[in-house]
Amino acid sequence: MFEVRVHGRGGQGVVTAAEMLSVAAFEEGRHAQAFPSFGSERTGAPVVAFCRISDKEIRLREPVMEPDAIIIQDPTLLHQIDVFAGLKQDGYVLLNSRHSIEELGLGELIKGRNAERFCTLSATELGLKHVGRPIPNVPLLAGFAALSGTIKLESVIKAINEKFSGKVALGNIAAAEEAYLLVQAKMKEWADA
Amino acid sequence: MLKQTEGSKAVAEAVALCRPEVICAYPISPQTHIVEALGEMVKSGELTPCEFINVESEFAAMSVAIGASAAGARAYTATASQGLLFMAEAVYNASGLGLPIVMTVANRAIGAPINIWNDHSDSLSQRDSGWMQLFAETNQEALDLHIQAFRLAEELSMPIMVCMDGFILTHAFERVDIPSQQQVDAYLPPFDPRQVLDPAEPVSIGAMVGPEAFMEVRYLAHAKQMQALELIPQLAAEFREKFGRESGGLVRSYRADDAETMIIAMGSVLGTIKDTVDEMRDEGHRIGVLGITSYRPFPLEQVRAALIHCKRFLVLEKSLAVGMGGILATDVRMAVSGTGLKGYTAVAGLGGRPIPKSSLHKLFRQAEKEELPPVTFLDLDWDAVNKQLERERQSRHSGPIAENILHDKGIVSAKFG
Repeated sequence: MFEVRVHGRGGQGVVTAAEMLSVAAFEEGRHAQAFPSFGSERTGAPVVAFCRISDKEIRLREPVMEPDAIIIQDPTLLHQIDVFAGLKQDGYVLLNSRHSIEELGLGELIKGRNAERFCTLSATELGLKHVGRPIPNVPLLAGFAALSGTIKLESVIKAINEKFSGKVALGNIAAAEEAYLLVQAKMKEWADA
Repeated sequence: MLKQTEGSKAVAEAVALCRPEVICAYPISPQTHIVEALGEMVKSGELTPCEFINVESEFAAMSVAIGASAAGARAYTATASQGLLFMAEAVYNASGLGLPIVMTVANRAIGAPINIWNDHSDSLSQRDSGWMQLFAETNQEALDLHIQAFRLAEELSMPIMVCMDGFILTHAFERVDIPSQQQVDAYLPPFDPRQVLDPAEPVSIGAMVGPEAFMEVRYLAHAKQMQALELIPQLAAEFREKFGRESGGLVRSYRADDAETMIIAMGSVLGTIKDTVDEMRDEGHRIGVLGITSYRPFPLEQVRAALIHCKRFLVLEKSLAVGMGGILATDVRMAVSGTGLKGYTAVAGLGGRPIPKSSLHKLFRQAEKEELPPVTFLDLDWDAVNKQLERERQSRHSGPIAENILHDKGIVSAKFG
C-alpha cells in the first residue's frame, strides 16, 4: 500500500487533489481511498487530505500517519505545523515553491535520506499561467507522478477530464504536462550529476 | 458500473435508482452532499418524476416525509446529529404511523460541545423510536443498503435509517459498483402502500388511541421488527443473487472459526479491525470479528450463535451511555446472557477521534489476556481528564469544561488577558 498525505490551506484544492489522485489510481485499475482530515475547513486554514493506493481492497480507515509521500501545496505551512511528521525513511516530498529544498533550509530533513526523492515545483505559477488561478493542486499531482512514478501522467489527465471540462480542463492538462516535464528535467539533472 | 466516487454521491445515485417521488431536505454536515447531489438530479430532469422540497428545518423535513409517505409517495430524507434530534418528535410519529420512509443518517456526534465529526451517538439516541437501523461498513454497502432499505421498509410498512459513518464514509472517495436501473427495478417493485390518504376513499391516519388499544399498537410495531429479523437475511440473499454481492444481512463474522476472542463492532471501523485481526492471526492469535449490520432490530439469536464458541468478547463502540458505559455492549451482553462469557466494552472514536490500528493491537491483546476493566475508553488522555478533575477539586469556580480542556491542550486560548 502506498500512502500519500497532502498539506495545504483551505481554498487551494487540497481535498480535490487527494480525490483526483484516487481517481487517477482507479483509472489504472487499482484500489484507492481518498479522504479529508477531519479538521475545520476554512479558507486559509491548514487543511490535510489523504490518499491510499493499493492493488488490494483498502479496508483501513485510520488517518495516514506514516506517509510514503507528502505533497505540500503551501510552503508557509513549514513554519506552522510539522508537515513531515511520520514520513517514511524512503519517502517522497514534493513542495510548491520556486526555491530549492536547500534554499528553503530543509537540508537537515534530507540528511540520511535519498535526496532525489525531495523536489520543489513552482506550482502556483503554473496554475496562474495555464488556468488563470493560483491553484497549485493539479500541477503538483503531475509533478508527483514524475517524481514517484506511482501513477502515470495519462492517468492524471484522465482524472482532470473527469473533474473539469472545456477550457478549464485544457488549461489544467497544459499545467500538468509542463509540471511533469519540469520535475522530470530536475530528476534527469540529478541522475546526470 | 465501477466508479471512483465520493460516498455521498454514490448513495445519492443509489437513492435516485430507487425512484423516490418526494425528497425533502435540510442541510447539515456531513449529510449535505447526498441531498445536494439528489437536488441536482431532480433539477436537471435526470430524476423524474420526483419532487425535491427544501424545508426550513429537520422537523419540517420529517414532517413533509410523513405527509408524502401517507399520500402514497416513496419518500426519502437524510440528516445527522443535532438535525436528527431536532426532528425526534416526528421520527417517532413516522414509525408510530407505520410509514415506510427511508432516511440516511450520516452518523455524527451530538453536542455540546459542538462537534461535526463521526460517532454513533445520533442514531443510537433514536434506538427505541421504532425505526429500523442498518449500519454500512463501506461505501459499497451504504449504496447497497439503500436499495434493500426501500424494499424492507415498504414490505413491512415501517421506516428505516441507513447509517453510514459521517466523513469517514460520506466524504471518502473509493471504488463502488453502481447497479443499472434495470437491476434495481427488478429488485425493488413500485411502492404499493398498505395505507394511503386518498380523497376518493377518505380515511384518517393517526387516530388518538387510549389505554384500551395503545399497547396493542405498540406491540405490533415490535412484532414488525421481529418480522424484519426474518426478512433482512432474505432480502440480503436475494440481493446477492441479483447483484452478485454480499451486502446487508443481520450480522457478518470474519475469521471467527476457532476464535477464542471475538471483537464486535458496527460501521466503517470494522475495516481497521479486520486489518488488525489479520495481522494478529498471522502471529497465531485466535481472534475473530463479528460485524453487526442490523442494530434495530437487534439480532439476539444470531449474535449469541456467533459468540457461543469463543471464550471472551470485546464490544468496540463509537457511543457512550453516560453514567452506564456501552450502548451496543448492553445488547450484546443480553444476547449472551447465561453463557458465562467474559465481556468487555471499549468506547472509542467519540467525536471523530481516530481509531488507529496501533491502539487496536494493544487493546485486543489486553482483551485476550483478560486484563481489561469492564469499560475502557480507547486513547483517552488521562492527563487532561485528571487535570480538570483536580481543578474542580481545587476551586468551586472551575469554569467551562470544554474550554478548559482545549486550553490545557494548547489548542485555543480560552481565556482573555
